[in-house]
Amino acid sequence: MSIADRSAGAIETVGAWLLGLLWILPLAYAAWTAFHPAAYATRFDLLAPLTLANFVAAWEAAPFGRYLLNTTAIVTMILAGQFLVCTLAAYAFARYTFPGKSVLFALVLMQLMVMPDILIVENYRTMFGLGLVDTIGAVALPYMASAFGIFLLRQTFMTVPKELEEAAIVEGCSTLGVLWRVYVPLARPVFVAYGLVSVSHHWNNFLWPLIVTNSVETRPLTVGLAVFSSTDQGIDWSIISAATLMTAAPLLVAFLIFQRAFVQSFLRAGIR
Amino acid sequence: MSRLRASIHASLLLLPAVVLLAAFTHVPAVRTFIGALYTTPRGNRPEVFIGLDNYRHLLDDPVFWQAMANNVWYAALTIPLSVILALVMALAVDARLPGRAALRMAYFTPTVLPMIAVANIWLFFYTPGYGLLDQVLGLFGVAQTNWLGSRDTALNAVIAVAVWKEAGFFMIFYLAALQTIPHDLREAAAIEGASRFTFFRRVTLPLLMPTTLFVLVNAVIGAFRLVDHIVVMTRGGPDNATALLLYYIYEIGFRFWDSAYAATLTTVLLAILAVLAAVQFLFLERRIHYR
Repeated sequence: MSIADRSAGAIETVGAWLLGLLWILPLAYAAWTAFHPAAYATRFDLLAPLTLANFVAAWEAAPFGRYLLNTTAIVTMILAGQFLVCTLAAYAFARYTFPGKSVLFALVLMQLMVMPDILIVENYRTMFGLGLVDTIGAVALPYMASAFGIFLLRQTFMTVPKELEEAAIVEGCSTLGVLWRVYVPLARPVFVAYGLVSVSHHWNNFLWPLIVTNSVETRPLTVGLAVFSSTDQGIDWSIISAATLMTAAPLLVAFLIFQRAFVQSFLRAGIR
Repeated sequence: MSRLRASIHASLLLLPAVVLLAAFTHVPAVRTFIGALYTTPRGNRPEVFIGLDNYRHLLDDPVFWQAMANNVWYAALTIPLSVILALVMALAVDARLPGRAALRMAYFTPTVLPMIAVANIWLFFYTPGYGLLDQVLGLFGVAQTNWLGSRDTALNAVIAVAVWKEAGFFMIFYLAALQTIPHDLREAAAIEGASRFTFFRRVTLPLLMPTTLFVLVNAVIGAFRLVDHIVVMTRGGPDNATALLLYYIYEIGFRFWDSAYAATLTTVLLAILAVLAAVQFLFLERRIHYR
């Protein structure tokens, strides 16, 4: 390798690392503030005492435990709904022929562009009409039939060899039996990928829950954090930073542990 | 299995999805178009058909035009910046750098944070005088700046947040694509005496085109549908300088409870997305697919 090449490589390494530092800086700053007493919030002293007091204060100042429970319930409900609804629909699109199939599929795909996130006003009116405003169900319902999930699972089901299905029918499997015993097990990696993507997307979702919830019993973590940092707290950045990290922590920790699975899932399932 | 039975089975399988999709996507979309032609019912005054009056009002609404201009600027900066940075990051992490696993994590981590947490972190980062940005710039003698409170800087400050959050996400798609480029291509190019830059421009970049398309489509959708950070950081201010279209819809719909005008604005947003979808299918798809 020539000297020019080597120095070019060194410059690239330094550049990449500078970008990396720049990228981690805002998060590192928040962590610094959260783990130190307020007096050190913006003073950088390596000997500054570490403390968990900010986390304790944040935890006691707002019902984050309840918010965590709500988020968990919402995410679980959405995931269960998506798995059920999308699996059934994807199977119909992958293996059946019926009149109007391609039109219906095109209508489903429309949702890739027109997501429920955009139709907030009308969807709120629907929830109001159903008497569901300020319930966990209202947060979850619009996301259960996901065009993306249907599309992804349909693609996967189409790769399953027909012979397997025929063999299962000969063995006496019903339609749903074939789906459950043949298709679902073979599509397991896709379910895992889609599940991870769905959970991380809805764990972080904000605008729709903000609109449709207005009490502690239904609010997810994201909305709880926004309410907490805008009204209850004034500008105590140490406590707000602690609350922020606390909100992000479950997903962040899961990501750090299962990094490979996360990245693979995002690659496989793209978004939503 | 008879055709009739197959049709019945299929419709039963599709029933839940069709009901839910219709209830929360198609029916509301149609009701949005219709609602835009009426007044907002208030108190005991029922809604009245007014034809295109809402659209006339829209054309005269300076805040709407401001939100459109903001959104175009937001998209025009966020999309290329995050896509180019994503490519740079992917190239960096794909090369055999020391500590590249840590580097990849640093790039990717913002992606798994909720946008609300990201907004809080940056709100603090931007705090005038007190936040890290002003402290660092202070070392170089730059005066205090109210990044989010000034009309001149607020929108760009919000754009920086979006780029920070999204670039790492797009990076993984580029990284995956880079790893599929066969090694012999690089060797062949080296034998031909091609410089690294030529190789990048003539081989790598064209091979990455399908990925770029995928990333671009997602970036464009994101620029029009993600406004969480606006709600937390600026509430569209100062003086509507950071109002994006969806945020304006939210404000009209849920602060002023003017559902008819919100429907009119939503129709505009739907039209924009429809045009984007058409461009994607008719134009880009055909030009970029090599495989």
